Amino acid sequence: MKLLTHNMLTSHVKGVTKGYPLLIKATEVKVNEVDFNPQFISRMIPKIEWSALIQAAEGLGHLQDLPSAVAPDFESNEDFLRKVHRALLEVEVIEGCLQCPESGREFPISRGIPNMLLNEDES
Amino acid sequence: MALQCSRTCRQYLLHLAHDNIDFRLPEIKALLSIQGKPFDPSENFKEKSPFLRLNGLSEDNIRNIMGRTVCAKSAFELWGHGKTTDELKSSLLKYPSERMLPFLQEESTYKINVYTFNKTLVFQDRIKKIDALNFLPFKGKVNLKDPDHIFCLLEDYGTDPNNIPEEPFYRYFGRWIADGQRDLIRSHSVKKRHFIGNTSMDAGLSFIMANHARVKEHDLVYDPFVGTGSLLVACCQFGAYVCGTDIDYNTIHGAGKSSRTNQKWRGPDENIRANLRQYGTERQYVDVLISDASKSIWRREALFDAIITDPPYGIRESTRRTGSHKDIIKPPEDFCGESHVPVSMEYRLSDIFSDLLNFAAHHLVMGGRLVYWLPIYRPEYCEEMIPLHPCLSLISNCEQVFSTHTSRRLITMEKTKEPAVCVCALNVFLCVCLSSVCVCVFPCSAHV
Repeated sequence: MKLLTHNMLTSHVKGVTKGYPLLIKATEVKVNEVDFNPQFISRMIPKIEWSALIQAAEGLGHLQDLPSAVAPDFESNEDFLRKVHRALLEVEVIEGCLQCPESGREFPISRGIPNMLLNEDES
Repeated sequence: MALQCSRTCRQYLLHLAHDNIDFRLPEIKALLSIQGKPFDPSENFKEKSPFLRLNGLSEDNIRNIMGRTVCAKSAFELWGHGKTTDELKSSLLKYPSERMLPFLQEESTYKINVYTFNKTLVFQDRIKKIDALNFLPFKGKVNLKDPDHIFCLLEDYGTDPNNIPEEPFYRYFGRWIADGQRDLIRSHSVKKRHFIGNTSMDAGLSFIMANHARVKEHDLVYDPFVGTGSLLVACCQFGAYVCGTDIDYNTIHGAGKSSRTNQKWRGPDENIRANLRQYGTERQYVDVLISDASKSIWRREALFDAIITDPPYGIRESTRRTGSHKDIIKPPEDFCGESHVPVSMEYRLSDIFSDLLNFAAHHLVMGGRLVYWLPIYRPEYCEEMIPLHPCLSLISNCEQVFSTHTSRRLITMEKTKEPAVCVCALNVFLCVCLSSVCVCVFPCSAHV
């Protein structure tokens, strides 16, 4: 699971009102090199919940020097876009789980794939 | 007005492949609308004809279409056309010479092809037709192998193979500009794909869907019933980043039984990511997740530029969502979470589609498109059966016929309005009609 995906996911456990962001509990994290595409990253930035990204990257120990706010000139700031690119697309959680911040329900991640299914009585 | 335009504006001729006929025009229209161009066909335009004349475009517009289309074979700058040889000749003589001459220079090489639709001509007849064009001021040298310019005489002998006329109904002559992307259909054939399933979408239709959805470079595309990811493979080819979900653990992890006849189990690296790697687009892989399409896992925001999917109808893949009809049995006290497999229950077709439309209304960007297949029981089909949503406009509806009674329709919708707090897809007919699809057409398979 990449942090781009994590940034868009929310808990859908029944009755939960504040299910975002999911807490990442990782036991294995990998950094895979991905070709840098500045246009795609620029298009994603307005859709990103920045504080959730910072929190997730920090929790995995991959914050590096990602700034705490979006650079105002981000579209032309290649250095900034590269940092965001790394956080969004290169850092991957391979094993671990995602935890709903309100109910505590855990969604397992195995071989890089989160399992978001709920049991019958939870949805 | 039309006559005047044909003299002043350039006209282009598209030669369309004669399969997936219903899907061709919506594809060309979508590729035009990506460029902000209207669909402006010539007078006497016929929907079923393999020849399509377009006005009001530049050569770059045409090249952009041909860079994407899997429905059009080639495109030409139209120099002349007519019903008879005389009409063609006088039309060609009227074509402004300053537009022709740059391609007829002495130091250039050229060749002339003859293409006949619904008729095969012997070699001598082709030569005769080429010779009859000698009134055009060709100054260059003929080179059949690697010419600078290619010209083509195209003749239309109608669409009835049992009644082929002696002389064509219509003739066109033009300069070849570009070929379409028909090669993608072969290069992306599921036969040669690393990871497939029982219902993997045919490559040609996948590309058509991506085109109907106006999938573009740097887009984010989502498939809520991703299966083996055939639609994502097509979207990646056009430069989009992709993600998908499916309720089936085995499919997403590439585990379980193989769909190939000579292979019993899936190999260790049979998954969607490996498919993208096979076509050199792994960099655009975002993620696939295991999730139930009836319960959204995405935060409420316009996240996706396109949603493109082939929902299960319960015929070759079962329709499932999590839940149970039985009284819920509380898990035992020492239940540790991981080992429990949620029970799945039947997911009613009408619910699949209303969930899908609601999801699209909330999660598509404005102007983003939803493209999906709808199963149809043909004797009862009427247009009112197409699910509607107040925030989505219907763009096209193309039929792929399976038998006299069954077909599926490719529905393309565009988000034109932001949803208010609570709007739901409503269609009175839908529930009735779709349940009849199951009952009438597939009485055994859908309910076993």
